[in-house]
Amino acid sequence: MRATVLVRPKQGILDPQGQAVEDSLRHLGFSVAQARVGRVVDLEVDAADEAQARTEVERMCEQLLANPLIESYEIEVGPA
Amino acid sequence: MTERRPAVAVVVFPGSNDDRDAALALAALGADARLVWHAEEQLPEDTGAVVLPGGFSYGDYLRCGAIARFSPIMAAVSQFAADGGPVLGICNGFQILCEAGLLPGVLRPNASLSFVCRDVALRVERIAPPFTTRCEPGQLLTIPVKNGEGCWYAPPELVRELEEAGQIVLRYAEGNPSGAVADVAGVVDDAGNVMGLMPHPEHAVDRLLGSADGGLILASLVDAARERVMAAAV
Repeated sequence: MRATVLVRPKQGILDPQGQAVEDSLRHLGFSVAQARVGRVVDLEVDAADEAQARTEVERMCEQLLANPLIESYEIEVGPA
Repeated sequence: MTERRPAVAVVVFPGSNDDRDAALALAALGADARLVWHAEEQLPEDTGAVVLPGGFSYGDYLRCGAIARFSPIMAAVSQFAADGGPVLGICNGFQILCEAGLLPGVLRPNASLSFVCRDVALRVERIAPPFTTRCEPGQLLTIPVKNGEGCWYAPPELVRELEEAGQIVLRYAEGNPSGAVADVAGVVDDAGNVMGLMPHPEHAVDRLLGSADGGLILASLVDAARERVMAAAV
């Protein structure tokens, strides 16, 4: 199974990277109200079905891939 | 009884780079500093205190300290802390302790996005044994920071709880180098025997190098290690 984890800085958390990107985009002449920078983790998971893969990836997020104090995450699961 | 040198374990992770400075400083302050490789599953039997040093464990991949917290030695460090043993995390060590859930909050990229390397002034908010025993309340310490991700963060309600419980032990006093919430430079856990701080006391143990104020923190730790070892020997 293929899974993608999208990790985002939680709303309200200062995101200096996003701020720097936002400033650069404005500098280039783009009209940007806000930029936030997160992280994508692409995974190939051994799992019998999507439900099992999702459960596994959720455990990965809780233990390692995201820090719940500052980050939220979304999981997408699909066939390899 | 002759004063013996208490064993202080300095954990070496792949990517630690202040382990030897920490060991030298601790030895100069009377400890028997032992470097302990992260893959070990046990601390030396007579360990009186543990230091998690600065550096870039596992290349700071994912989040600082997020991978090191799963090193085999960390189970023994957690157990040592649960038994009341003093554990001090410096810089990357602080990040690891936060990621491991042994300390509240988390360290994030500096608000400036710059790596900051300079002396900072710290105010000792509280005499918090075993870490600031040798300091005076309100004392200003000069100790260097050197980090890119030293911006301590905790949600406002947690910060309030920590303030009320007296767990915020060190604050930046003359300018905040990282954007840390509430100017927090060092916190202890709720039991008080685990502390993390971003500044590097091991780099401030000799006036010849600018300041010896870091020695107050490390010597407090060595005192506690000695007491613990002596109590265990009785």
